[in-house]
Amino acid sequence: MSELASETEVVLRLTDVVKTFPGVRALDGVQLEVRAGEVHCLLGQNGAGKSTLIKVLAGVHQADAGEITWCGEPFAPASPQAAMRSGIATIYQELDLVDDLSVAENAFLGHEPSRFGITRRRAAANRTASILARLGHPEIPARRLVRQLPAAGKQIVSMARALSHDAKLIVMDEPSAVLAHDEVENLFRIIRELTANGIAVIYISHRLAELREIGDRITVLKDGRTTAANLPARTTPTRELVSRMTGRTIEYVFPPRAEKPAAEPILVVDGLSREGEFTDASLTVAPGEIVGIAGLVGSGRSELLETIFGARKADTGTVTLDGRRITGVGAAVASGMGMAPEERKSQALLLDEPVYKNMTLASFSGFARAGFTDLRNERAAATRTADTLELRPRDVDRPIRTLSGGNQQKVVVGRWLLGDVRLLLLDEPTRGVDVGARAELYQVIHDLAAGGVGVLLVSSEVPEVLGLADRVLVMREGRVVHQAPAGELDEDTVLDLVMAGSLLEGNPA
Amino acid sequence: MITETALPEVRERKRVRLDEGVVRNLGLVGVLAILMIIGAVTRPELYGDATWVKNNIFTILQQASAIGVVTVGMTFVLIGGGVDLSVGAIIALAGVWSTTLATQSYGPLGMVFTALVVGVVVGLINGVLISYGKLVPFIATLAMLVAARGLAAQISGKQTQISADATINGIATTKILGIPLLVLILAAVVVAGWVLLNRTTFGRRTVAVGGNPEAARLAGINVKRHTVLLYALSGLCCGIGAIMLTSQATSAQAAMANLYELDAIAAAIIGGTLLSGGRGTIVGALFGVLVFSTITNLFAINNLSTEAQNMVKGGIIVAAVLIQQFRYRSITQLFKR
Repeated sequence: MSELASETEVVLRLTDVVKTFPGVRALDGVQLEVRAGEVHCLLGQNGAGKSTLIKVLAGVHQADAGEITWCGEPFAPASPQAAMRSGIATIYQELDLVDDLSVAENAFLGHEPSRFGITRRRAAANRTASILARLGHPEIPARRLVRQLPAAGKQIVSMARALSHDAKLIVMDEPSAVLAHDEVENLFRIIRELTANGIAVIYISHRLAELREIGDRITVLKDGRTTAANLPARTTPTRELVSRMTGRTIEYVFPPRAEKPAAEPILVVDGLSREGEFTDASLTVAPGEIVGIAGLVGSGRSELLETIFGARKADTGTVTLDGRRITGVGAAVASGMGMAPEERKSQALLLDEPVYKNMTLASFSGFARAGFTDLRNERAAATRTADTLELRPRDVDRPIRTLSGGNQQKVVVGRWLLGDVRLLLLDEPTRGVDVGARAELYQVIHDLAAGGVGVLLVSSEVPEVLGLADRVLVMREGRVVHQAPAGELDEDTVLDLVMAGSLLEGNPA
Repeated sequence: MITETALPEVRERKRVRLDEGVVRNLGLVGVLAILMIIGAVTRPELYGDATWVKNNIFTILQQASAIGVVTVGMTFVLIGGGVDLSVGAIIALAGVWSTTLATQSYGPLGMVFTALVVGVVVGLINGVLISYGKLVPFIATLAMLVAARGLAAQISGKQTQISADATINGIATTKILGIPLLVLILAAVVVAGWVLLNRTTFGRRTVAVGGNPEAARLAGINVKRHTVLLYALSGLCCGIGAIMLTSQATSAQAAMANLYELDAIAAAIIGGTLLSGGRGTIVGALFGVLVFSTITNLFAINNLSTEAQNMVKGGIIVAAVLIQQFRYRSITQLFKR
C-alpha cells in the first residue's frame, strides 16, 4: 500500500484539536487520522480525554481550536443531529436508548420515516428488521420494547440506530464492557462486516487483547494530547503502548512519606458483597495509613466505598470502625467517617450555596446551640480551614459553583476536617482537578495521615494510587485481585492487573 | 465607545454584591407600589381619604393572612424539594373537624387544638408516604387532596358548619393596638418562618435536602426524617390557616380554601422559590401573597370581574418567573467571567 493511496482513504482528520472546560483543558492538541474501512483504536487512561473527543465528534461539544476535516471538508457539527446527518454515529458507553420505546422506534429515533407527519410504523419496523438481519440478529423483534432486551441486545439496537443513519463512521465507546465473552465475538464479526463495506470504526476499550484482535491502528491519548498516532495494532509491543499511556507530560509530585509503624486497624471490612457490584471484599485501614484501591470505572470500587460508608446496604459482610458496626451514613458520620464522593457536583455540593455553608454541611449541627445555627462561628471555622487548604479564592462567601474543580474538592475534603474525622474515604479525589491543585490535595491527604487519620482512596490513575498509598488493593470486575505494599508494585504491573487480559494474560490473578 | 460598554457592566457587578434575594424583594415591593398607584389613579376619590387607605391596607393584609400562613409552610416544602398539593384540602378537613358540634363542646382551645393536630397528622401521613413509601410528592399530596376533602365532606355531611364559639369568631374582629389580630398572626408566622429557615439547623437541613439530597445524605443528614417534618410543618400551617378562615367566615365547610394549593405555590414562586428545590425566601413568599391580594383588592374597588382578575394573575406568574430566569442567568454569567 503506497503512501499516496492511503492518504486518499483518510475520511477523518483532527489537527491540534483543543477543548477546554472551566478549570480543565480536556483536549490539549489531539491528532487523529481515520481511514475508510479501518478499525481505529483509541487508547488512554481514564481522564485522558477520550470521552471528550468522542463528544466533539458527535456534536455534543464544539472544539475551541484546531481543525477537523471529514471527507475532505471542514467539519464542525453544531449538534448531535448535525453530526449524524453527516454520517458520524456514536454508540455511547451508557447506551442512550429509550427503554419504553420499541426496537424500531429507538433505531429511527429523531428521524422516523413519516408521511405528512404521521409515522410509518410498518416501514420503520421493516427497515429495522433488515438492519438487524444485516447485524446478524434477525431474532430481535423490531416491535419489542427495548426494556425487555438484555444488555447485548440493547447494544445491537444502538448499532442498528447508527446504521439507520447510513453512518460512514461509527464511534464505539467501550462496547465490550457490558458484553459476555461470546457476545464480544459477535460484536467483532459485525465490526468486520461493517469495515468490509468501507465503514470506519473508532473503537475504544481498556482491554488491550481486544485491540489486538479487532484493531488496525492505535492512537494513544494522555492528558488530552495525542502521545502516539497510528501505531499498528497487532505488532506494537504492549510495553510501548503502556508507556505511551503513562509516559507523563506532567510529573506527579508526591510529598515524601514517613514510614508508619503498624497499628491496630481502625477500619475493618469483612467479606462485604453486593449483588452485581462487588464480591467478598475484605480490607483494613490503620490510623495514619493510606490505603489505595486501583481499578477501572465499573470495577466496583466506588460502590465498595459507598457501602463502607453506609450509603449502600451490604448484602453480606460487615464494616466496623473502632469496633462499632457501621449500618448507615448517620452512624458512619457519627463515629468519625467522612467521604468525598466520586461525583462532586451531584453527590457533594450545594452549588448555589456559599463556600462556608458547603464546608459546614456535615458539622453545622455541632456549631449550633439549641437548634439555632451559629453563622459567625461557622464562617470563622470555614475560613480557618480555607486557610489551611490554601483555598483560592479565600472568600468563603462566594457561591461554590464559581470555584474551580480543585478548589471545590478542597471544600469537600475540608468539610470533614471541621468535624472529628478519623477515617476519610476519597473517591477519585483529583478528577477534574488541575495539576497545581492536585499537588496541594496530595499534601493535604498526607498531612491528614500524618495526623493519624486513616485514608481509603480510590483512583483510576494508577500513579496516583502508587504515589499516595502505603498499601494498594487492585480491583477488577468486583473482586480484589491483588494486594501489596505500594513499594512492591510498579505502574505497569498494576495497569496489567487492572485491565483484564494483557501482559499477565493467562496468569491466575 | 469603550467606556460606554464598560460602564453598565461595572454597575451590574456592584449589584451582584447585593444579596440576590434582596434585589428580587425590592422588585416585588416595586410591583406593590405600582399596584397601589394604579389604585390611586383609577379611584382617586377613595385614595384621597387617609382613613380609607389605612383600612383598605388592613383589608388587603387580612385577606392575605390565611393564605400567607399556608404559603410559609408551602415555601418550606418547596425549598426542601417537594410540593404539597393538599394544603387546601387539609384546611377544609381541619376546619370541618374543629367545628363539629362535638369539638365545639370542648371550647375554643379544644377547637384550635383539633385543627392543629389534624393539620400535623395529615402532613405526617403525606411525609411518610413520600419518604418511606417512596411516592412522588405530586402523587402523594394529590391523593391526599382528594381524600381529605372527601373526609371533610363526610364529616360535615356536606353542610356548612356554623361556629358558635365567640372566642374563635372574635379572632377575625379583634384588633390589638389598632392592628387586626389576623394580621398579627400572619406577621408572627412569617417571622417564625424566617428565623426557622435562616437561623436554625432545621432551615439549613431544608436547603441542603432540597438543593442536593444526595449530598445531604452523604453528609450524614437524615433526609427521610427531615422530609417528613417538612410536610408536618406544612400541615401545621394549614391548621393555623383553618382557624383563621373559620373565624373570618364564622363557619367551616368541605369546600373551603378551594385552590389554596395553587395560590400558595404561585405566591412562593413569584417570591423566588424554585420548584426544583434548594432555593427560596420567606419574605419573597410574603410579598408574592401580598401582590395577589392587592390585585384582588384592586379589581374589587374598581368593580371588575374575577375572570379578568384571574387572567392578570396568570400573566403575573409567567412574567415573574421569566424575569427571574433572566436575572439568575445573567448573575451566574457574571460570576463565570
